[in-house]
Amino acid sequence: MPEPILSIKDLVVEFKTDDGVVHAVDGITYDVFPGETLGIVGESGSGKSVSTMSILGLIPQPPGRIPSGSAIFKGKDLLKMKKRELRRFRGDELAMVFQDPMTSLNPVIKVGDQLGEAIKTHYPKEPDDKVKERVIELLRLVGVPNPDVRYTQYPHEFSGGMRQRAMIAMSIANSPSLLIADEPTTALDVTIQAQVLEVLKTVQEKTDAATILITHDLGIVAELCDRVLVMYGGKIVEQGDVYTIFQNPRHPYTIGLMDSLPKLTEDEEWLQPIPGQPPSLISRPSGCAFHPRCFLSQGRQRCRDEVPERRPVDGGRDHSSACHFAEELIGRHSKFADSVGVS
Amino acid sequence: MLTYIARRVLYSIPVLIVSTFLSFLFVSLAGNPTAALRANPRFSINTLHNIEKQNHLDKSIPQRYLYWLQDVFTHKLGHSLTTFQPIWPDITRTLGHTAQVIIIAEGLAILLGITVGIFSAIRQYSLFDYTFTSLSFLGYAMPVFWFALLLQILFVDIYLKWNVRIFYTSGLNNPHHGTWSLDRLQHIALPVMTLCVISFALYSRYMRAAMLDVINSDYVRTARAKGLSEWRVIMGHVVRNAMIPIVTVAALNIGALLGGAIITETVFTLDGIGYYFVQKLQTDDLYAVMAYLLVTSVIIIVFNLIADVVYGYLDPRIRYD
Amino acid sequence: MTEIDPAAHPVRAPESVAPTAQALDGIVPAPVGLDSVIAEGLEIKARSQWDYARRRFLRHRLAMLGLVGLVIIFGAGIFANFVAPYSYSAIDLTNLLHPPTTVGHHYFGTDSIGRDYFSRVIWGIRTSEEVGVFVAAVSSVIGLFVGAIAGYYGGWVDNILMRITDLVLTLPALAVLLTAAALLGSGNQWRVSIILTLFFWTNIARVVRGLFLSLREKEYVEAAKAAGARDGRIMFRHILPNMLGPIIVNGTLSVALAILTEAALSFLGFGIKPPTPSLGVLVSEAQTNPQQWWLTVFPGLTIVAIVLFVNFMGDGLRDALDPTQRRVRA
Repeated sequence: MPEPILSIKDLVVEFKTDDGVVHAVDGITYDVFPGETLGIVGESGSGKSVSTMSILGLIPQPPGRIPSGSAIFKGKDLLKMKKRELRRFRGDELAMVFQDPMTSLNPVIKVGDQLGEAIKTHYPKEPDDKVKERVIELLRLVGVPNPDVRYTQYPHEFSGGMRQRAMIAMSIANSPSLLIADEPTTALDVTIQAQVLEVLKTVQEKTDAATILITHDLGIVAELCDRVLVMYGGKIVEQGDVYTIFQNPRHPYTIGLMDSLPKLTEDEEWLQPIPGQPPSLISRPSGCAFHPRCFLSQGRQRCRDEVPERRPVDGGRDHSSACHFAEELIGRHSKFADSVGVS
Repeated sequence: MLTYIARRVLYSIPVLIVSTFLSFLFVSLAGNPTAALRANPRFSINTLHNIEKQNHLDKSIPQRYLYWLQDVFTHKLGHSLTTFQPIWPDITRTLGHTAQVIIIAEGLAILLGITVGIFSAIRQYSLFDYTFTSLSFLGYAMPVFWFALLLQILFVDIYLKWNVRIFYTSGLNNPHHGTWSLDRLQHIALPVMTLCVISFALYSRYMRAAMLDVINSDYVRTARAKGLSEWRVIMGHVVRNAMIPIVTVAALNIGALLGGAIITETVFTLDGIGYYFVQKLQTDDLYAVMAYLLVTSVIIIVFNLIADVVYGYLDPRIRYD
Repeated sequence: MTEIDPAAHPVRAPESVAPTAQALDGIVPAPVGLDSVIAEGLEIKARSQWDYARRRFLRHRLAMLGLVGLVIIFGAGIFANFVAPYSYSAIDLTNLLHPPTTVGHHYFGTDSIGRDYFSRVIWGIRTSEEVGVFVAAVSSVIGLFVGAIAGYYGGWVDNILMRITDLVLTLPALAVLLTAAALLGSGNQWRVSIILTLFFWTNIARVVRGLFLSLREKEYVEAAKAAGARDGRIMFRHILPNMLGPIIVNGTLSVALAILTEAALSFLGFGIKPPTPSLGVLVSEAQTNPQQWWLTVFPGLTIVAIVLFVNFMGDGLRDALDPTQRRVRA
């Protein structure tokens, strides 16, 4: 088995607020392997964005706090590094693409200059014309038409989809080993979404970077990801390769997610949302965070008292689930099982 | 861009005409320009008649307005009705003095205000921030005339107690000293300080608010994600963007500054356009008052235009074609 | 293997899967049999908007300080008859220019003709607060009407009204006020108040109009229209309540501005004239005796205190009434 390029262990992230301590990330552990695409799925508030931003050092430390955990990247612990050192990784080996392209670019600076800045920060000795060349090349790679003209334009002259492409170009400018994409298509129209996803695929193929793709859209996960993490209430509740998760989910939350999607090839009368609301991260439910909304729990005491450990279950390679009664789900298939190509 | 400027200038002309006409109307109705002259026993009825005829005071108000307008261009704002002196030389002289004070005060206020604003935002909730926040609140609450008086009293006291003149408390300069001499600077130091304090409070608050607004925006997060040093993030992205509205605020502040000039020049007895205006107002000198209103209107309109143009230059999202 | 439809799972009755009326109300019920567990982290308590506003205001420390300070100062002004030890014109020629002392209740000393300064300041507060509140209230009302009409009807009505306010903006404020005061006659506190009001309403009208325009475009107005609400109803139920917040804040801050402006006018001799004591008049009179620091300091300090407290309160009100504003503490 190859060495993971990123290895996170027991990461805990908290925020101190006027209303109390928000437990955004509650002890998560996972690995990312070179060249793979890992999807992190969850609702808003599940901690998926916070977990990745914290290892990049993008969480303001008051009010945020990282009381424990380690994030080993290429042999070094990102969480224990000095700020200066971490900065050298950010934008170079470790890059991030954010959600909202409309506001993620500085409106008063030319796009070309902003992309050039990403390169010059890490390679200040590069001559300007070389940098410009590289930027234009990057823009071409991500499919921005007329890149030499676009280089001199301002962000408001780009459409939403183009801006996101520019953001992606900016993130791969220095050929990162790990690219984190935080809901890169959420703010875009569906047709543009498809285009940007194509760009991401191209980028992956060309650069061989490992990618963490954070989203709440299971469709994107199905299309792009090799492995999937499902997060809820600041914890990882299930992990496995994409086929297994879609065919044989072994956590009631994952099942609920699958079920809440409409299946176009069937005649369904009612959508089936997961009842209840996401948990408050300040006053969390005792025991398993999902138990108030769980159909499997049925009020069992163990769910209320004990926080379930993530443990291996029956599906493919490295399939694990954090449910006390995951065994009771064995034999179930999700409603998408037949579409995943395995009967 | 040039067409935009031309359009704005063209639009300002009717505004000026209407505002000056209304002022003229108001001033003419409310005050009798020859009342002071009538009261003066030295003027015979005949002389008064002649004066009235010469100044078209027997005609209707709109007609008088047109004559005045003509005077503005041909005779450079005409002559004062009470002193019979030409108005233009007075205006240029006093305006020059006021300009000197305002320019120095504003320059200082902008420099200090921006700097304090930047640091207040970076070190939000620190002692520095709280101190300057409190000082700004005080600055807003302080009446200009009171602050000017306090400074005056303080430095007169110092002189009386220790017989040393740090700053002069009245007048523009002692005789035979030039516009940029140390003596002049000593004289205008206190008025400059007064005007500076109020503007400084405004600019530092605005800069701080703008900085905090920008610091939490997505593109600053992107800049950090690129690995830029904190210094470069602040200077290259935050300050660069936060400064844009300050330009507008500063330019639009000119109206308040002119008002402040009226007060400080009165307290410190400076030969500036504000003091001129107050004196002419007290003596019901109609044409001089109109001259002041016209000149200040033009200044404000010009500054408003500058504000818009510079803003358009700094923010590429705004293009006025 | 056949699919197992979760809806047929023994625990879930089919009814609880379909959205119930209760669910549409905002609180989605948990599956049957789990009521005892609902309490954990799922509760939402409903509060009225004014409730929230009041709680936020009371938590704002500076605003509370401002409120308390203002109550004391304005209270002293309103009850001047009882608070001031002397009338503002009681002359005592034996006690000229006395520095502050506790003897004879001359806490602020006496002035050049022996009047008790503390009393004069208190009476001055009363004059100032009368002017401030009058100007703020009346100009807010006028501005509200004009702005609402301009915003609501738009078109040429809006155009004309805005040109008028534009005109006012091209002249330096103080100059216009001085001119108006000089020519319309001043001296009387009510005349000065009216002159100030005639100037202040333009600002409020602009703010109201701007609010109107932005609120008109808001989605909930469109929604109400789509639901068939009449124009008048939309105005009252949707637009006006959302305007109240900024108008109240603006009105409060106007009080401070009015007091400052009146003081400046009176100081220059174009506002309230002696013997009526306004704080500006007091400072102006103090100029003849610069050595007696108390004559200048106390009225000025009072103005500063009033304006500070009003601004604190205004800040707190803005925090409380405009929840959408980002919490950048001023």
